Amino acid sequence: MSKSHELPRKVYASEEHAMFKKTVEEYFKNYVLPFREQWEKQGYCDREAWLKAGELGLLGITLDPKYGGLGLDFSYAALVIEEQARFGAASPSISMHSDIVIPYIEKHGSEYLKNLYLPKCASGELIGSLAMTEPGTGSDVQAIKTFAEDKGDHYILNGSKTFITIGYTSDFTIVACKTDKNKGFKGISLLIVDANSTGFSKGKPFVKLGLKSSDTCELFFEDVMVPKENLLGSEGQGFIQMMTELPRERMTIALGAIGAVRGALEQTVVYTQERRAFKKPICGFQNTQFKLAEVATQLEVSTAFVDRCTELLVEGNLTPELASMAKYQTSDMQCAMIDECLQLFGGYGYIWEYPIARYYGDARVQRIYGGTNEIMKLMISRSLFSNYFRELKANMRANKQAAVSN
Amino acid sequence: MSSYYFTEEHELFRSSLRAFLEKEVKPNIDKWEEDRRTPRDIWKKMGDMGFLGLSYPEQFGGLGLDFFYDVVFNEELGRMNSGGFAITQQVVQYMSAPYILKFGSDQLKEKYIPGIISGSLISSIAITEPGAGSDAQNIQTKAVRDGDYYIVNGSKTFITNGVYGDFIVTVVKTNTEAGAAGVSLLVIEQKMEGVTARKLKKLGWYSSDTAELSFDNVKVPVENLIGEEGRGFYYLMSGLQLERLCAVPAGVTGMETAIDLSLQYMSERKAFGRPINKFQVLRHRIAQLASEVEALKAFSYHCCKMYADQIYDVKLCSMAKLLTTELGEKVATQCLQFYGGYGFMEEYPMARMYRDVRVGTIGGGSSEIMREILAKIIIDDVSYDAPKKSIVERPIHFTDNSSSEKNEILEEEDSFETLKDGITSRAKNKEALGNTLKFDFGGQQIFIDGTGQKNKVLVENIEADCTINMSLQDCHKLLRGDLNPMGAVMSGKIKIEGDMSLAMKLQGLLG
Ligand SMILES: Cc1cc2nc3c(=O)[nH]c(=O)nc-3n(C[C@H](O)[C@H](O)[C@H](O)COP(=O)(O)OP(=O)(O)OC[C@H]3O[C@@H](n4cnc5c(N)ncnc54)[C@H](O)[C@@H]3O)c2cc1C
Ligand SMILES: Cc1cc2nc3c(=O)[nH]c(=O)nc-3n(C[C@H](O)[C@H](O)[C@H](O)COP(=O)(O)OP(=O)(O)OC[C@H]3O[C@@H](n4cnc5c(N)ncnc54)[C@H](O)[C@@H]3O)c2cc1C
Repeated sequence: MSKSHELPRKVYASEEHAMFKKTVEEYFKNYVLPFREQWEKQGYCDREAWLKAGELGLLGITLDPKYGGLGLDFSYAALVIEEQARFGAASPSISMHSDIVIPYIEKHGSEYLKNLYLPKCASGELIGSLAMTEPGTGSDVQAIKTFAEDKGDHYILNGSKTFITIGYTSDFTIVACKTDKNKGFKGISLLIVDANSTGFSKGKPFVKLGLKSSDTCELFFEDVMVPKENLLGSEGQGFIQMMTELPRERMTIALGAIGAVRGALEQTVVYTQERRAFKKPICGFQNTQFKLAEVATQLEVSTAFVDRCTELLVEGNLTPELASMAKYQTSDMQCAMIDECLQLFGGYGYIWEYPIARYYGDARVQRIYGGTNEIMKLMISRSLFSNYFRELKANMRANKQAAVSN
Repeated sequence: MSSYYFTEEHELFRSSLRAFLEKEVKPNIDKWEEDRRTPRDIWKKMGDMGFLGLSYPEQFGGLGLDFFYDVVFNEELGRMNSGGFAITQQVVQYMSAPYILKFGSDQLKEKYIPGIISGSLISSIAITEPGAGSDAQNIQTKAVRDGDYYIVNGSKTFITNGVYGDFIVTVVKTNTEAGAAGVSLLVIEQKMEGVTARKLKKLGWYSSDTAELSFDNVKVPVENLIGEEGRGFYYLMSGLQLERLCAVPAGVTGMETAIDLSLQYMSERKAFGRPINKFQVLRHRIAQLASEVEALKAFSYHCCKMYADQIYDVKLCSMAKLLTTELGEKVATQCLQFYGGYGFMEEYPMARMYRDVRVGTIGGGSSEIMREILAKIIIDDVSYDAPKKSIVERPIHFTDNSSSEKNEILEEEDSFETLKDGITSRAKNKEALGNTLKFDFGGQQIFIDGTGQKNKVLVENIEADCTINMSLQDCHKLLRGDLNPMGAVMSGKIKIEGDMSLAMKLQGLLG
């Protein structure tokens, strides 16, 4: 039963969801939280945590059982993401591996690749990452420079990537690269590159503002030989593939956002009832009451939207624009609301031993990765003003042609 | 530059402080942040340069300058993009030592103030306790009188400089029954038996040490009581205004730095085939931020001017602290966004700024407490009973503290002839100035022609690129090394006409 200030969650209403939630909670309590500080120190999480997640089925929730997955719908994956964020656990980056990388292979990979990678991905023996961003370009994915030269039965890959989540611990990376330099977005392809390939090296994990237990790093490719079989789908399809996967990717961020706010709110409600100043609990001040009323309201409003998007995603009907709205609105909300929560902890909010400081550090990147919130608004506005942009494009094309024929 | 508030001497001071910070601090900050502490020798260097104790009396080695030197000091610290570095010395100069200076006995002043000014002592102020932060009246740390000592028991938390400092201005209850009237301030030395410190890990302010302190039967000599017993809360109320005000200029220059860095980054970073400073939303955001910061800066100077004129205004200080720290958060978060993924990385400046500003709305009285105070002033007409004077008393006119009789009779050796010889012998051996410089001792002049191969010294009154007006005996002191040239400029002992940049070479010429 949800409390009267909480929305009943239809997406997670079934008995199966309730049971699954228990497993998930156990996993984080027993196999993640006790190691968090250690992982923060080393900058990445231990493989045991991945293997344990694999054992419990948490790495292949939506994956076809024939490849070792659970074959459940995305709402179960959503639940894992939310719970993980609620616990403030940045690592292991389950969603990156199992909600982004695995589906790329499952949907776009050949049977050969699926058999080779997926069962081990589901068990946690193999961890994958996704590399689009380059030092010179992030928002503008079409402008990537990493190039795979066709050498008959293999490609020779050259270039570099940056900010790659679990790039340091992953055993392979799906690399967005140009297979045709002259074709713009139609020249982009996706290759699976094994971490042990000759010429593939990794930078040290970056020191970051937050997500301290999760490794983010640079990847370098110097004449890396990649077999042709490692191409996902066909050449030139990479950009379209990425676009089709974006809605789910953005939903993982939105779900993380509402999970984190829920966790922060729960902790703040507890803290403000215990902590006293001027002879009352902090929650005795009207300012505290109203601030947390705002946090709770913002959270439920976002939750309603996110749940609806989750349903659409499960049905296969979530548009990129709606997913962009969810990503941008929830991540902005997350930063603002966690800021309010931290404030109510006073000085303790600034001390790392108190989890609210971690929620705060982790939140900030949500407005940046997975496409910045500015890029989200760009996508939304493209749909709002589709006529205008269509004409603009047509005019530009006409001008170009005119220039050529002159 | 705001010439309305700053004289040329202020600006001269600013440029030399800035040059120092750029050279000695900027390149080391990353290391200090990593080490989680700012090393002491930087403060000694700053003390040697005369950058500390700006408004402290000369009697203890200070410079007795006006408050706008402190404003410059805070502004320049704020530009370093390290809240941890800045707060370390701000706590010493403006938040802890002033209690001793203003209310302490001569004995306490003599013991501690010179070290504060020379940079050899680091102090802290311990108000907050695990159970009482905003509600400072509710502190529990007890000091019980036992003969010539107080026996102190209790604990404090979040104490800046509380791990690596030398002494702690500690807020204690000397009378547990009397509420605010039972609060006193004691100087507790870090090395006294029974004092232990635990270093806390924080979200930001990495290069500052923050401690949880515990006092277990610490024997503190009664001489270490600051002022009178039971007056501690009253002292604090006045001191906190200075503390809050000092956060303001540093906050403003921090924001200016964020904007400047962002402008630079945005002009270099490209997306979709053009620099990102061409995207309208980003342009408008910068425009908005720049406007808000500019408005705040004007208000900040206004508040500082009031303080400089010794007008104690709780309302203005509270408003300034509230607005600055809140805007600081907004500026940092928006500027970080301009950097995209790079904003989240420690190698780029915004991650640190974002972490560091977050404590602003909590420490030194939270935003809620500021609004609480303001609401009481604005709505309930509460007026805060406080001393009329600001906490650091500054002489309005410069007074020389070396005995006044001595000033009237020139000592034999302080004659014009010896001075001329002294200047001549030094100037001859130094690199040619490149310009002409004149010392005017009110009637007698010495002219240095540095346009040739070597400096030529003449006893003549010739028009020079730069004229330095000062008294004969000050010039002697300068030659003897008893007077810091920059300090003398700042205190008005030396007045400069013409090319200021030449005056900067004075130290090289005469040193
Ligand atoms: C912790 C972390 C993990 C990451 N993980 C991954 C990963 O696993 N794989 C991966 O490929 N990438 C990853 N990224 C990269 C992330 O997706 C990019 O940082 C992001 O897409 C932004 O790109 P950028 O950093 O190059 O910013 P830029 O594109 O340089 O943008 C700079 C600023 O300009 C704005 N801007 C750009 N274009 C426009 C426009 N047209 N109109 C208005 N404003 C605009 C942006 O919003 C931003 O504010 C990660 C990043 C971080 C920080
Ligand atoms: C990095 C750092 C350095 C510090 N350095 C020092 C130092 O050198 N010396 C020192 O003495 N202290 C220092 N502090 C402590 C700081 O001054 C306190 O944290 C601050 O005063 C808040 O007290 P608290 O943490 O106990 O919060 P609490 O008083 O517990 O407040 C919790 C929340 O309740 C709110 N609240 C409290 N009262 C009211 C009210 N009446 N109405 C509405 N809301 C209210 C607060 O605003 C806050 O949001 C430092 C703190 C930090 C984080």
